Amino acid sequence: MQFMLLFSRQGKLRLQKWYVPLSDKERKKISRDLVQTILARKPKMCSFLEWRDLKIVYKRYASLYFCCAVEDQDNELITLEIIHRYVELLDKYFGSVCELDIIFNFEKAYFILDEFLLGGEAQETSKKNVLKAIEQADLLQELWEPPQGWLSELSLPAST
Amino acid sequence: MPAPIRLRELIRTIRTARTQAEEREMIQKECAAIRSSFREEDNTYRCRNVAKLLYMHMLGYPAHFGQLECLKLIASQKFTDKRIGYLGAMLLLDERQDVHLLMTNCIKNDLNHSTQYVQGLALCTLGCMGSSEMCRDLAGEVEKLLKTSNSYLRKKAALCAVHVIRKVPELMEMFLPATKNLLSEKNHGVLHTSVVLLTEMCERSPDMLLHFRKVWILVPQLVRILKNLIMSGYSPEHDVSGISDPFLQVRILRLLRILGRSDDDSSEAMNDILAQVATNTETSKNVGNAILYETVLTIMDIKSESGLRVLAINILGRFLLNNDKNIRYVALTSLLKTVQTDHNAVQRHRSTIVDCLKDLDVSIKRRAMELSFALVNGNNIRGMMKELLYFLDSCDPEFKADCASGVFLAAEKYAPSKRWHIDTIMRVLTTAGSYVRDDSVPNLIQLITNSVEMHAYTVQRLYKALLDDISQQPLVQVSSWCIGEYGDLLVSGQCEEEEPIQVTEDEVLDVLEGLLVSNLSTPVTRGYSLTAIMKLSTRFSSVNRIKKVVSIYGSSIDVELQQRAVEYNALFKKYDHMRPALLERMPIMEKTASNGPTEIVQTNGETEPSVPDTKHPPLVTQPANQANDLLDLLGGNDVVPVIQTTLPTKPASAGGELLDLLGDLSLSSGPAPAPSVPISQPPFLLDGLSSQPLFNDISAAIPPMTAYSKNGLKIEFTFERANPNPNIAVITIHATNTTEADMTEFVFQAAVPKTFQLQLLSPSSNMVPALNQGSVTQVIRVLNPQKQQLRMRVKLTYTHKGSPVQDLAEVNNFPPQSWQ
Repeated sequence: MQFMLLFSRQGKLRLQKWYVPLSDKERKKISRDLVQTILARKPKMCSFLEWRDLKIVYKRYASLYFCCAVEDQDNELITLEIIHRYVELLDKYFGSVCELDIIFNFEKAYFILDEFLLGGEAQETSKKNVLKAIEQADLLQELWEPPQGWLSELSLPAST
Repeated sequence: MPAPIRLRELIRTIRTARTQAEEREMIQKECAAIRSSFREEDNTYRCRNVAKLLYMHMLGYPAHFGQLECLKLIASQKFTDKRIGYLGAMLLLDERQDVHLLMTNCIKNDLNHSTQYVQGLALCTLGCMGSSEMCRDLAGEVEKLLKTSNSYLRKKAALCAVHVIRKVPELMEMFLPATKNLLSEKNHGVLHTSVVLLTEMCERSPDMLLHFRKVWILVPQLVRILKNLIMSGYSPEHDVSGISDPFLQVRILRLLRILGRSDDDSSEAMNDILAQVATNTETSKNVGNAILYETVLTIMDIKSESGLRVLAINILGRFLLNNDKNIRYVALTSLLKTVQTDHNAVQRHRSTIVDCLKDLDVSIKRRAMELSFALVNGNNIRGMMKELLYFLDSCDPEFKADCASGVFLAAEKYAPSKRWHIDTIMRVLTTAGSYVRDDSVPNLIQLITNSVEMHAYTVQRLYKALLDDISQQPLVQVSSWCIGEYGDLLVSGQCEEEEPIQVTEDEVLDVLEGLLVSNLSTPVTRGYSLTAIMKLSTRFSSVNRIKKVVSIYGSSIDVELQQRAVEYNALFKKYDHMRPALLERMPIMEKTASNGPTEIVQTNGETEPSVPDTKHPPLVTQPANQANDLLDLLGGNDVVPVIQTTLPTKPASAGGELLDLLGDLSLSSGPAPAPSVPISQPPFLLDGLSSQPLFNDISAAIPPMTAYSKNGLKIEFTFERANPNPNIAVITIHATNTTEADMTEFVFQAAVPKTFQLQLLSPSSNMVPALNQGSVTQVIRVLNPQKQQLRMRVKLTYTHKGSPVQDLAEVNNFPPQSWQ
């Protein structure tokens, strides 16, 4: 995978994960153009398109578009499954996830993604294991704080 | 100073902004606060501030001043800090900035941290954005972690290694030992990432691939793992809609593909498992189809037995009927890849594919179109063309150019009759005329010229089309060219195929002149019509009208038109005796190597049928000049140079250049042919003339002769009788060199008596290798209408052993058969 973008129906970016080295300016341009292209597509169209020289796989979940750019040899159908698995992970973590959860807890969305994918490939195929790792890391975050003032500094996991 | 506001608070506040300006204001205020906080080196709130910065960065605001702060966070001991710090590094830094190198040491330390989650963060960051320098520095650490027994770290290390190899391929070797035991792991995460690592290595290094195939004998191992996945019962941890770990299955299938490619043994070893997966996988959900898709790709790519291949194609055929358009898309893509190799199997699904032309989705339509063109053959041409023309009518503009080209190619290859062919071309020109590619115009012209019996029909139809619509330039260009050529047939009402129309010369000239003045016509089109009008001067009787038109355009603002008009004027005035010959009917044009199979070349995104590759041999502009030199040299008695005409040259689009072609190839017993003109010829014509010995039947076997032999340079002439015109002798010179040194800058020039005409084509090279190691060949065509004894003067120049050599000679010993 080269990159993954999450954006709303209004074109606002909610998450961007880049696995290829590109400058900020280039990233902005690609995001802007690709978002426009996808938002212009009709609902009945298929989830795959060729854009510039990339293969794009995207799927809409409620008000959020999940969009991945994959390599030529990558299997588009399994990429859809990867997207779906990520949504399931978010759902399990936040409890019936909605766009607001991802807006207000974007850093957690990244942490979850980074436990699922690494360098653009899936590192863990078991849902349970990913969620367990996140749970443990969150715990570590809580426990590692010096006693005084930890409440004020923590970004508490949404489930507590 | 009060504590900086919390992240969630900031997000909430920013979202209340009602306008972009308001938001910008809030952001700027907060950024200022964050900046001062950074300046104060506040450790406590750094994490919070960077998190806020990352949010604002996602909204599109600049955040580069936070880059160093991320590094400080990474270096902190607090896990929260590290978490946000690494996230910030991945979002704000990229390898183009030197700053990122400062991370290297931190990452190194964290890779050796006592807590696996910290190690995990480091591995993740390195594997996501590590630059080549970082990878080089830290590869050792990654390799160490690849050998750990901790599966949490091992799987991350594997993917990190993949990234390292992508950045620094030379480091691949060092990971080899550690990779060996990876497949014996039970943990699916490790298995999955190991397969990815092995795949990466195989793709990058053929040696590795061989090693894995033969030494490690990976295939049986992978087959076993795959088998376990399929056969094992329900495993809740990895189950997706009843399928056990589809992600791992797909990756294994992909690795098997690479291992089995062009290797019989490996392919055989995986035959059974592929058949098993192909038949047993549940197809009701996307996940099952994803596995089937990968299986099909693998079957088609390895050396599978035919039964398996048919199975694969049938799976694709079923995909085509699936309601899910994603599945249909994927099927069409795969069929496109296999249509060349398994043509018959794909043919069986032709009707479904053609139905997909009507799909709503653009990508599906495009693939269906390409596939349809690939499936066209002599048997189904009529039916397929009907569908494709219908598609051409109704499709989006982005398809029209490719579809039109595809139709032309297919029609050319499989046209059941000339009339059908012309009709099809007409249909394309009239429905999608403005989308037709520029290079189709010369191809069409060639086609029309060669369909001799259809000339009257063609010109009539094109004329009628012109009356309707002059906006589509390619149509107009082809039509005006045809009218120029076959206008006489048009006015004489000779059409056999359909009801001949009554048309007068004036009406035709009206139409052509209309094109000249119309705003819709491009300059190129105007050029075509002017030339067409000119040509009609030998076919029509209203020459005066034509003369008038031509002289008007002598002062046209358009330089191209002006030049033509002036030259045509000159033709009327000074060279009127040559006019009939020059404007004679175009001969049949030889085609170059025939168009290959309708190869649809698919590049990512852009798909287009491959247009026949016409080569451009170097133009022979030299002989004319050389002949003139000869003339000067020889005192110009009875030697006539190759005539340098002032016939107009055309820009890239070829139509008018055809006018200038030698009449050598004329079918009809022509009058004195046009002089040989070495000006820019349309590529395909020149190809036909120069690249191969055009006239292959050496009917009267004319013996070769030695024309010149001196100082080690020997020039032999071999002859071919031009067919069908017996007045042309095609001589091929072979220059060889018996000396020890090469003869470089070799130029051969020739001149013939006045009653002959000569054309020199380009030589094979300008270096005659020493000691007969090779030869330079060049083709000369001599027109000898009066059948006089052939004589020739030759001039040779070359450089030998550093000094220039020049020689003149007369060649008189032509065998009688060459000119009788």
